[in-house]
Amino acid sequence: MDRPSWLRRFGPWILIMAAAIILPFVLPPFRLNLLGRFLALGIVALGVDLIWGYTGLLSLGQGIFFALGAYAIGMHLQLSSLDSGQLPEFFGLYGVKELPAFWQPFSSAFFTLFAIWIIPALVAGLLGFLVFRNRIKGVYFSILTQAALLVFFNFFNGQQKLINGTNGLKTDTALFLGQMVGSDSMQRLLFWITVVLVIGAWLLCRWLTRGRFGDALIAIRDDESRLRFSGHNPTAYKTLVFTVAGALAGISGALYTVQSGIVSPQFMAVPFSIEMVIWVAVGGRGTLLGAVLGAVLINYAKSLISEQLPETWLFIQGALFLLVVTALPDGVVGWWRQGGPKRLAAMVGIPPTAATYPSLDGDGAQQADKKAIAAKLESGGTP
Amino acid sequence: MTALLELRGVGVSFDGFRALNDLNLSLAPGELRAVIGPNGAGKTTFLDVITGKVRPSQGEVLFQGRSLLGLSEHRIARLGIGRKFQTPRVFENLSPRRNLELAVSRSSAPWELLFGRLDGKSRDKVQRLLAVVGLENLAHERAGGLSHGQKQWLEIAMLVAQDPVLLLVDEPVAGLTDEETQLTADLLKQLAGDHTVLVIEHDMDFIRDLNAPVTVLHEGHVLCEGSMDQVQNDSRVIAVYLGQATD
Amino acid sequence: MTSLLDTLFNGLAIGSVLMLAALGLAVVFGLMGVINMAHGELMMLGAYTTYVVQNLLKTGPLQALFPAYILIAIPLAFLVSGLAGLVLEKTVIRRLYGRPLETLLATWGVSLILQQLVRSVSTAFFIGLVLALVLGLGLPRFLPAAWLRQRWSPLLKLGSWLLAGGLGIALAALAGQTRQLRLPWFSARNIEVTAPQWLRGSIEVAGVTMPTGRLFIIALTALSLIAVHWFLQKSVWGIRIRAVTQNRSMSSCLGIPTDKVDALSFLVGSGLAGVAGVAVTLLGSVGPNMGGNYIVDCFMVVVLGGVGKLLGTVVAALGIGILSYVLGSGSLLLLWPQMPAALNSLITFFATTSMAKVLVFMLIVAFLQFRPAGLFPQKGRMVEA
Repeated sequence: MDRPSWLRRFGPWILIMAAAIILPFVLPPFRLNLLGRFLALGIVALGVDLIWGYTGLLSLGQGIFFALGAYAIGMHLQLSSLDSGQLPEFFGLYGVKELPAFWQPFSSAFFTLFAIWIIPALVAGLLGFLVFRNRIKGVYFSILTQAALLVFFNFFNGQQKLINGTNGLKTDTALFLGQMVGSDSMQRLLFWITVVLVIGAWLLCRWLTRGRFGDALIAIRDDESRLRFSGHNPTAYKTLVFTVAGALAGISGALYTVQSGIVSPQFMAVPFSIEMVIWVAVGGRGTLLGAVLGAVLINYAKSLISEQLPETWLFIQGALFLLVVTALPDGVVGWWRQGGPKRLAAMVGIPPTAATYPSLDGDGAQQADKKAIAAKLESGGTP
Repeated sequence: MTALLELRGVGVSFDGFRALNDLNLSLAPGELRAVIGPNGAGKTTFLDVITGKVRPSQGEVLFQGRSLLGLSEHRIARLGIGRKFQTPRVFENLSPRRNLELAVSRSSAPWELLFGRLDGKSRDKVQRLLAVVGLENLAHERAGGLSHGQKQWLEIAMLVAQDPVLLLVDEPVAGLTDEETQLTADLLKQLAGDHTVLVIEHDMDFIRDLNAPVTVLHEGHVLCEGSMDQVQNDSRVIAVYLGQATD
Repeated sequence: MTSLLDTLFNGLAIGSVLMLAALGLAVVFGLMGVINMAHGELMMLGAYTTYVVQNLLKTGPLQALFPAYILIAIPLAFLVSGLAGLVLEKTVIRRLYGRPLETLLATWGVSLILQQLVRSVSTAFFIGLVLALVLGLGLPRFLPAAWLRQRWSPLLKLGSWLLAGGLGIALAALAGQTRQLRLPWFSARNIEVTAPQWLRGSIEVAGVTMPTGRLFIIALTALSLIAVHWFLQKSVWGIRIRAVTQNRSMSSCLGIPTDKVDALSFLVGSGLAGVAGVAVTLLGSVGPNMGGNYIVDCFMVVVLGGVGKLLGTVVAALGIGILSYVLGSGSLLLLWPQMPAALNSLITFFATTSMAKVLVFMLIVAFLQFRPAGLFPQKGRMVEA
């Protein structure tokens, strides 16, 4: 009860920091790598939560932006470990002699650092603006984003000569800062970078969703045209928030790629983008913690189950979709915050304890009265 | 005196059905005007045209001398035209206070909501409006949990928070108790003068309470205008409402 | 001239498969507004039904019927997919009317389950599944009625389902000890349906070779289209469906049983998916993942055509089919040999099936910029509401 306020405020952060520093030395490299990847996916989940959980726009095309960020870093790593004048190996297979023009800028680390999030953000902004301007919403928006996803998927899949098509780009043997990206020490560094960026993304989303801007997002979800008649332009909000989600997806994709060792058009496969939604749904739509938690937990479950009983994973995933839609609309975090555990306890016969006024609880005379009444009741009398 | 709002020969048709037909109407600044008409007379479409939701196929809509045609809804709202819908529409997942805070900050671009803070004057206004509509104690509850009457009032408060020049109020007392109806009438009368108010209602007692000039719409056209007594004794109006054949 | 006809025929063939697949969706999504992401999996069920019918008739007492197995498969596929759709509507979609995004996610979940189901199902699996369902639905009946009205009843129900599931899995594992029972019925591999002899030839008209298989699909599509049109326009239930589409509460006030109408529309739409599944088997081997190849295309057809309009679906499907073929086969180059070099290289760039899809989808998205409601938009004041 009387924990000092600084502990309550910074306690969780101290725990997180401690965990982030210690984990890389405790977990075996394989598990650490998985955790890092899933945390990276937490960033794209934060973006999904922003547009779906808060604003009510169900995008089934976040894989586009995820993959754009991933390809940006993938292309850079293909180039960074080459001597000047050399071409990435796969170009030779298709008889390409000269580096395609759009590859050129990616040889610069500085450019790539920005390209990772600015390119996805621009694509998202443009796509979002075109769609939102026409007031395409609801399921039509979902279908169109999915169609856009297929456009990108087919394009990247079919272009061997430009970006190695189906095979994708490998990054784990590439050199970065003089070290192999796949090496243990590099992976440890990448884990820490991921943790920092997840926290950064979380703070950004929190800043966006608190205050009147966040209210406007929820207002769009509740009643978009009412907001319009109040003098606000929902198109601007939606485009902006979709752009931010796109940028987050790009960063997430880049971090995921360097930890998984390859980027391929599979990042733009239809199921993957819908899976992102289920992470947020299970964790808790409209809660930022839920988005990150959902991404990490579901993916951990997926990798565990896929190791043990691969054929059951789709059943479980399918059941999860049904479960969150019908029984847990606000996800685990939402359920927790809305008093779910108390209700569960009430079901098995533990009565909920009502919050009272602490001043009364601390008041001696009051407590004495209470005891007297209780004693009277017990002896069968009326108070 | 120049008109604040003027509709000239406005026509709207949906798939061959003419919802509005050569509608002419003009509102003076500070006026309180009631619009009545039987179902399907085009009352709501008439508001849709003014607020930019529906684009007329003919005619002109002028507000303070400038044409509203082709402007999007939020631009029209920023010019100072506020609208209350037939069924109460508030942002259900926000508290009444936050509903009002959004309404009071009309004309703000997204980044202003993001970086700017609500100024003291606006915050005072929100507080005052909460008191006026009796939602002070519920200011932090979810608006979705409010009763029908409270939502109606909250929406009217949002409209006032917008500080519009012209208020368009569509059936403000539908589903309210007699007492609430009376309070709403008083509120609207107070608002007239500083604002121009146009009320659409079915409730004739309420219209009488407002004590304002009445416009009768029928089949998308202005049938007649005048005081409530004049209108009620007009043979055409009686024919339209009681369904007698007109000659 | 011949190459033009050839192109048109092939485009028509592709378009008619698309149309058949989208027809069911036009009913379910276009009329009822339900987003069914499992539509492709219902098609898959139709395809697997065809496979089963083929195998059953290949040998055994009914062998004489084998040449006509595809005709027998059509009503059966309609039934299997239709019933699966009906169960889906009764158990999941019914709870989610008016919540399209949730419906989308839930039906996606169902599609995953169906995909894995055809991969995993074996006799042992089937026995376990049946036991789990029987116990899950039946156990609560044996409990004292008073137990079901307690605070903790939801937990009890959950517990009984868990128990039923556990027993089902246990039984399946036990049965799986026998190799014969463990063998998957279909497995994750693709299945092959061999077209009957009479669908393997081709007819030549005006120099164009038309494979009979393709002609059969075109005919099947035309028949289905006529049947759906007749059903919606002329039959009593069709008129009820349209009434509910236009104004649900009014229809309900007039005594139309809206829940039955919903169930029926869903059954018809899902059944049509099954028929489309039969047609797809004639185009090549099919597998558990086939649904994913069609679902987005189908939605694009319905959205492009304009929701709620059958004519729109027809035009959009044929348009997309012909355009995809023309672009993907690069036959524009054959039709117009002297085209400018710049255009030539552009068309060559898009002249693969997947790149044609890229271009067609981009064109659709661009088109929707100008006509957001599709080719044949519904007009009137109901649209916004």
